[in-house]
Amino acid sequence: MLQSAGANSGRRRVVVTGMGMVGPLGLGVENVWSRLIAGESGIERITHFDPSDLPAQVAGQVPEGPTSEGKLTLSDWISVKDQRKMDRFIHMGLVAATEAVEDSGWKPQTEEDKCATGVMIGSGIGGLQTIYDASITVHEGRAKRLSPFFIPSALINLVSGHVSIKYGFQGPNHSVVTACATGVHAIGDAARLIMFGDADVMVAGGAEATVCPLGIAGFCSARALSTGFNETPQKASRPWDKDRDGFVMGEGSGVVVLEEYEHAKARGAKIYAEIVGYGMSGDAYHITAPSEGHYGAFRAMRSALKSAGVTPADVGYVNAHGTSTMADDLELEAVERLFGDDARTLAMSSTKSSTGHLLGAAGAIEAIFCILAMRDNVAPPTLNLDNPSRESVIDRVAHTAQQRQINVALSNSFGFGGTNASLVVRRV
Amino acid sequence: MSEIADKVKKIVVEHLGVEESKVTPEASFIDDLGADSLDTVELVMAFEEAFNVEIPEDAAEKIATVKDAIDYIEKQKAA
Repeated sequence: MLQSAGANSGRRRVVVTGMGMVGPLGLGVENVWSRLIAGESGIERITHFDPSDLPAQVAGQVPEGPTSEGKLTLSDWISVKDQRKMDRFIHMGLVAATEAVEDSGWKPQTEEDKCATGVMIGSGIGGLQTIYDASITVHEGRAKRLSPFFIPSALINLVSGHVSIKYGFQGPNHSVVTACATGVHAIGDAARLIMFGDADVMVAGGAEATVCPLGIAGFCSARALSTGFNETPQKASRPWDKDRDGFVMGEGSGVVVLEEYEHAKARGAKIYAEIVGYGMSGDAYHITAPSEGHYGAFRAMRSALKSAGVTPADVGYVNAHGTSTMADDLELEAVERLFGDDARTLAMSSTKSSTGHLLGAAGAIEAIFCILAMRDNVAPPTLNLDNPSRESVIDRVAHTAQQRQINVALSNSFGFGGTNASLVVRRV
Repeated sequence: MSEIADKVKKIVVEHLGVEESKVTPEASFIDDLGADSLDTVELVMAFEEAFNVEIPEDAAEKIATVKDAIDYIEKQKAA
C-alpha cells in the first residue's frame, strides 16, 4: 500500500478504456464536457416535484429529450417493463455504464473473459424515492400490495447487478457506499482489484438520484443546501465565493471501464489515462463537518500522490470536492499546505459550480473531467467565483476555462462520516 | 371477449411489456410472455387491485396462463 514507485513498482497497471456519463449537463461524455468547458450550468428550479414548501428549490436535474440532442429518453436505454423494477438511481447508473462499456469496445465472448470482468458501481443513498413510495403503501395498511420489486429497486448494489446481467460480466460484483466519496472509492477500489489480479476489467463508478422530496428535505434539515438563490438557480452553486450558502443537489451517474494495461494494449483499445494513485483517510472527528485544517483531506491527497509516485510539482490540475459550503476553504487550505510552493502553478476548480453535487456519483464524473482535462489540456472553470472568501495563490479558474499543460490530475471527494478519498490520473 | 378478459389482457400487456397480439388465452406468463417469478407475483397483485379480489397464495400458484387468470377472476366475481 505504501509502495512509492507507481507504474514502475511491478504492480499491474490500470488504464481507463471507456467512459460514460449522464447528469445535469445532459447525456454523453463529450456533450457534457463541451458544455462544461463552455461555462454552462445545469442548475434550474426543481421540476421533478413541486419544491415550494422547501427552503431549497433548485437542483441539477437530467434534461429529458431526444438522445440526438444530448438529452435523456430513458426508453432508448431501458425497456419500459424493466424501468418499473428499478429506482431512478439505477436508471442513471445503467445509462452511464452502457455508454462506458460501448465506448470501451470490450465485449467478452469466452467464459474466461466474462469471469475476468467485474462491476463496482456505488451510490451514496440508493433508492430513496422508492423507499418513500413503499413506506406510504405500508403506512396506508396496504403492505400486501407492496411490489415484489421494491427491495431490488432500492438496493445500492443493484446497479452493479443489472450491469452484470446485461453484459454477462461474471467477475467481482461489488458496490461502494461512502456518501459523497463513493465515486472515487469505487474507481480506486476497482483499480486495486485489477492490480491484485481479481479481475482484468472493471466497470466502476457511482450513480445517484435524490432530487426528490425526501432527499431535498433531508439535506435541508441538515442545513447543507443552498437556499438563497431560488430565484437565480444558476448562481446557487458558487464554490469558494463569499456569498455561497450551501451545496446544490445534482443527479446522474459517471462510469468508467478500467482495464489492465497489457490487456488493453493487446486488444488495441483506446486508452484515455492511467489510474496511478489512490489515497484514503478518515477524519474521526464529526458526522458532517471536516476537522480544522481538513487534515483528513491532506492525508488522503498525500497518500494518493505517494502511491502514484509523483510529486505536487507534477500535478497540473486538481478537481476539488468544493461543494459550495463552508468546508471549501478548509480543502483549499489542505491543498495549499500539501503543494507548498508548487501551489503557485496549480489550477484547481470545482465543477460542482456547473453540475451541482451528484453525491455518490460526483467522484466518478469528476474523475472523468480530470481525464478529459488532461486529454485536451484544459482546466474547466469554477462558475460564480466572484469574490473569494479566502485569497489563495492557487488559480481556481474563475468563470472561464483555461488552456494549460496537464499531465497529471488529482480528484478529491469527501463524505459525511468523515471519509476522504483522492484519485490521481496520468496521461499514458 | 368478456370485460374481465379484456381488462386482464390490458394488465398483462402493461406489466410484461409485450405485444397485445401475444396475449392469447393459452399464453403462459413464464414460458411465452417472458415473465419471471417476481413478475408473476406483481401480476397477481395487479389483478387483485384491479378486480378487487383476493387471490390466495395457493390459488396464485395455479395461475400459469392468461386463461387461468381470467377463469379464476370470473369465478370469484360470479360467487
